[in-house]
Amino acid sequence: MTTEFRFAVNVTPKPGILDPQGRAVEGSLQHLGIEGVSAVRVGRRVELTVSAADAAAARVVVARLAGELLSNPLIEAYAIEELGPSSSTSVTDAGG
Amino acid sequence: MTVAPAAEDQSLAVPLHRTLGLTDGELEAIQDRLGRPPNDVELAMFSVMWSEHCSYKSSKPLLRTLPTAGAGVVAGPGENAGVISIGDGLAVAFKIESHNHPSAVEPYQGAATGVGGILRDIFTMGARPIAILDALRFGDPSDARTRHLVDGVVRGVGGYGNCVGVPTVGGELVFDPSYTGNPLVNVMAIGLLEERLLTLAQAPGPGNLVVLFGSATGRDGIGGASVLASATFTHDDPSKRPSVQVGDPFAEKLLIEVSLELIERGLVEGLQDLGAGGITCATSEMADRSGTGMLVDLDAVPRREPDMAPFEILISESQERMLAVIRPDREAAVREVCRRWGLPCAVIGRVTADRDIRVIVGGVAEDPSADGGIVPGARSVEVARVPASALTSDAIVHERIATAPARVRSAPAPGSPAEPTDRLPERGMDPEAVLVALLGSANLSSRRPVFEQYDSTVQVNTVTGPGRGAAVLRVKGTTKGLVASTDANATVGAFDPWLGAALSVAEATRNVSITGARPLGVTNCLNFGDPTRPEAFWQLSEAVRGLADACRALGLPVIGGNVSLYNESPTGAILPTPEIGVVGLIEDTANLVGPAFVEDGDAILLVGEAGPGLAGSDYAQLGGVAVEDDLPSIDLEAERRLQEWIREAVVRGLVASAQDVSGGGLAVALAECAMWSRLGATVRLGVSHSPAVDLFGESPSRLVVTTRPRHAPAVELLARQFGLPTALLGSVGGERLVIELAGAGATGAAEERGSRVADPIDIPVARLLQAWDHGLARALGWGSPSSAPGGR
Amino acid sequence: MSVRIGVVVFPGSNCDRDTMHALDLAGAEPVELWHETADLQGAAGVILPGGFAYGDYVRAGVIARFSPVMRSIADFAADGGLVLGICNGFQVLAEAGLVPGALLRNRELRFLGRDVHIAIEQPETPFTHLAGPRRPLRMPIAHGEGCYYADAALLDELEAQGQVLFRYVRADGSGAGETDDPANPNGSLRAIAGVINAAGNVAGLMPHPERASEAILGSDDGFGIIASFVASAAERAGTPATVAAGLR
Repeated sequence: MTTEFRFAVNVTPKPGILDPQGRAVEGSLQHLGIEGVSAVRVGRRVELTVSAADAAAARVVVARLAGELLSNPLIEAYAIEELGPSSSTSVTDAGG
Repeated sequence: MTVAPAAEDQSLAVPLHRTLGLTDGELEAIQDRLGRPPNDVELAMFSVMWSEHCSYKSSKPLLRTLPTAGAGVVAGPGENAGVISIGDGLAVAFKIESHNHPSAVEPYQGAATGVGGILRDIFTMGARPIAILDALRFGDPSDARTRHLVDGVVRGVGGYGNCVGVPTVGGELVFDPSYTGNPLVNVMAIGLLEERLLTLAQAPGPGNLVVLFGSATGRDGIGGASVLASATFTHDDPSKRPSVQVGDPFAEKLLIEVSLELIERGLVEGLQDLGAGGITCATSEMADRSGTGMLVDLDAVPRREPDMAPFEILISESQERMLAVIRPDREAAVREVCRRWGLPCAVIGRVTADRDIRVIVGGVAEDPSADGGIVPGARSVEVARVPASALTSDAIVHERIATAPARVRSAPAPGSPAEPTDRLPERGMDPEAVLVALLGSANLSSRRPVFEQYDSTVQVNTVTGPGRGAAVLRVKGTTKGLVASTDANATVGAFDPWLGAALSVAEATRNVSITGARPLGVTNCLNFGDPTRPEAFWQLSEAVRGLADACRALGLPVIGGNVSLYNESPTGAILPTPEIGVVGLIEDTANLVGPAFVEDGDAILLVGEAGPGLAGSDYAQLGGVAVEDDLPSIDLEAERRLQEWIREAVVRGLVASAQDVSGGGLAVALAECAMWSRLGATVRLGVSHSPAVDLFGESPSRLVVTTRPRHAPAVELLARQFGLPTALLGSVGGERLVIELAGAGATGAAEERGSRVADPIDIPVARLLQAWDHGLARALGWGSPSSAPGGR
Repeated sequence: MSVRIGVVVFPGSNCDRDTMHALDLAGAEPVELWHETADLQGAAGVILPGGFAYGDYVRAGVIARFSPVMRSIADFAADGGLVLGICNGFQVLAEAGLVPGALLRNRELRFLGRDVHIAIEQPETPFTHLAGPRRPLRMPIAHGEGCYYADAALLDELEAQGQVLFRYVRADGSGAGETDDPANPNGSLRAIAGVINAAGNVAGLMPHPERASEAILGSDDGFGIIASFVASAAERAGTPATVAAGLR
């Protein structure tokens, strides 16, 4: 008997690693007249569903996937977020 | 101010200097130069500067034997790149460099930062980078890790080169199991400059300002260069994982524009890029070249991260940074240029007369009477003070021991008779099947799936891009063209490193000469194993001897390069790989000759003679020939005559096409001429050795040329005048490649049917193309390549 | 007096010099338009060249659209001024909404640099009228995000309004498919390689005509596009005679 678990993996550049994308965003803020924004780091978010016996087992699968495929351990960190049964429920204030 | 205490922490289990990769003997040598023990910061500086990568401590005595003088050489070894005049007030700058170990760790960023580093070496000299060639070597293409590395490296080269807007116009991609744990990423860059703008990495004039511009400094690659380049590399050991450097090609593009504008406007006295060794390397090298020193305040360095220790700022390898020495009255102008392009810029110190690199934190104070015009501020701390020369020109040099391996093979003397003992899998050989297999092999098939990931046409100079022998770039505003090639023969070099290096030089220069261009000079990237192993050091010393002999014979200067040692992994050392880069000049691009057939009815001639020796050839790799089989030989004098001849024949307009016989031998050379033109040919080849040697042997100094039939006698006469044998092979035409063998050339397959004559090759050109087009994608497990429309 | 054509230089533009070189060949007077200045320096036409404006790190063209020079270009275009975007310049125009559609990542998710063939679908525009009889034009592409996308309704509208300016074709001139056809290198919908706005004065294309404007580079098929643009701009500026002299 397995259940489906919904996860998100947020991959971000490790602290200290140069992030040209983040810098590009910061650099463009002045053109938009936006002030007070700093420390921009650009990563990516991967949402997925895992079938497993329980949440702990599902998390193990996601952790392996995140560490070996979704992120480059040399330059990127990842965080796993459990979303519950349907997608994106825990996302707040998502832009359109 | 106070002085930081010396490094004397006896409680450490392993002494700090050893952790940093310095030997006990090297620590003593440092103490000799300082007259005292170094403190921790100084030790870190020495560990980086005395690494193999920065100091060439094992290879320096060998490199001194290379010929470096030549007509038009404006800057040679020791500068960031060699520079050679091409007339009309213009000069070409070029250099090849390795980024092997970083690419093994993180293939995308390793390759990307490799491209960035070599480009900086070019524009530091005042030259605008106009082309990149990437010479890549990997393990077995069916291996999963190899595929990961190939994909990452190719994306990295493209990701960086495409974005900065420098075309990737050539290079190599070679597979051999010896590179499995240790791929080679050698990148060559070429730049064009007005000779009057030549800029050197120097720091003249005490009191001048030391300016750092470009990206902010982070903890990128701390200990990277020394650890990565000085220790055998095990990719599964997390403790050895350095903080990977991330390349920012957008920042590099801005850095190019700022640097060239500063130079164009005469605002800099000296310029140096920051690569391995970071600020430590740039400050000490610039000062040492000018016999000056520098006082540097680390608090002035723009940083990306908080709480960086002085040693981290000093040896950080953050990318896309430059160090300039400028006159004080030009500070405002320099700042304005940097501001306009959006790059951080900071005065971090002054040039001093005392020849020391003196590093402080805590700020400086103006004092016109002091050396350099400033003094350390009241609350400053001196963290390091080292003579610039001790870090650079007076760095330690090791006399390594070279021992030939027990079974040394050397090349047969030129002209020695054919040996009937070539033990080859000739029985049962079907020449046509071998040809198709060679064309579809991982090493000889079309590189299109790779080079299509590169922008090869930006800057609108590319006359001949990747995939057709040497790359050709026009020089705007003149009739001139620059022709470039990279080549390395590692398979022969594995048996005889002298021969491997000589063959590499011969092939790279021949590829340039057959277009009609005159080779100007040579740059080299010597990829070898652990120099403390006597056999590995013997390979290096023999290769350098071969490089020197070949360059002298061809009258070419070696104008710079790079040495990469410790290319070993737990599975062993790589094949010794002397990568050779050559740039040549053709006065009028209207005279250019290409390798492809041109017209139906043209006569096909072979110039030069096949010699015996199949060891190290692609045929031998395919057929699994035993290592005891003979090597080819090279007559460097004949090679020189061949290249002079073809250049003369091109200038006289006698030849329609010229192709070099190399990987896969004469049969593959003819097949390429046919495939690239979509024109067939009918050829009758007199077999003088054996079908395998004559069809697939890779003995050097041979060309396939085509000519209008009425010019054929003149071509042969000119060849005789140069002392070169020629043979009229046949003519261009039809849609098939037909190679009939004549003479004493019975081979197994035909023989077993009772025939005395070898089977001919008789195959549609379209079939050859099919094998050649799909070979690489199949070897790498990539999707089928999208075939190009038309093509050039 | 030759006609002045502005070439926008964003930090990260890398085809600005190439474009100016081609404009020189066409007899125009190219002038750099720096991204931070709103002054178009009296240019009779503006070209947004290829490259990686601001590094293209977030999405190709997205940051460039906010630059001061782009506000002036939007005004210029609204007044009927001629604007051509090549490669990254096309992406910037699309992000800025000056031409319809969007450029997505290439079908195979890889940067692709090679020669393609395109056909001119609208021969009587300011960008194409001197390009000669209809035939496949060979020129390079060099991009990672060149897959033309618009929803079906918009595509139909573009077709109906004659706003599909260039289409990828095979070497023999036959039409390229949408997917799995090497002649359509990036998977562009309806094999669209370039479009023009409804007013007919702003156009963009992914291939590089400026890289195929001299025989020594292997093709001069692109020169007709550059020459058309220069001649059209000159006509609007009232200096047609000198431009014609630059044509071959």
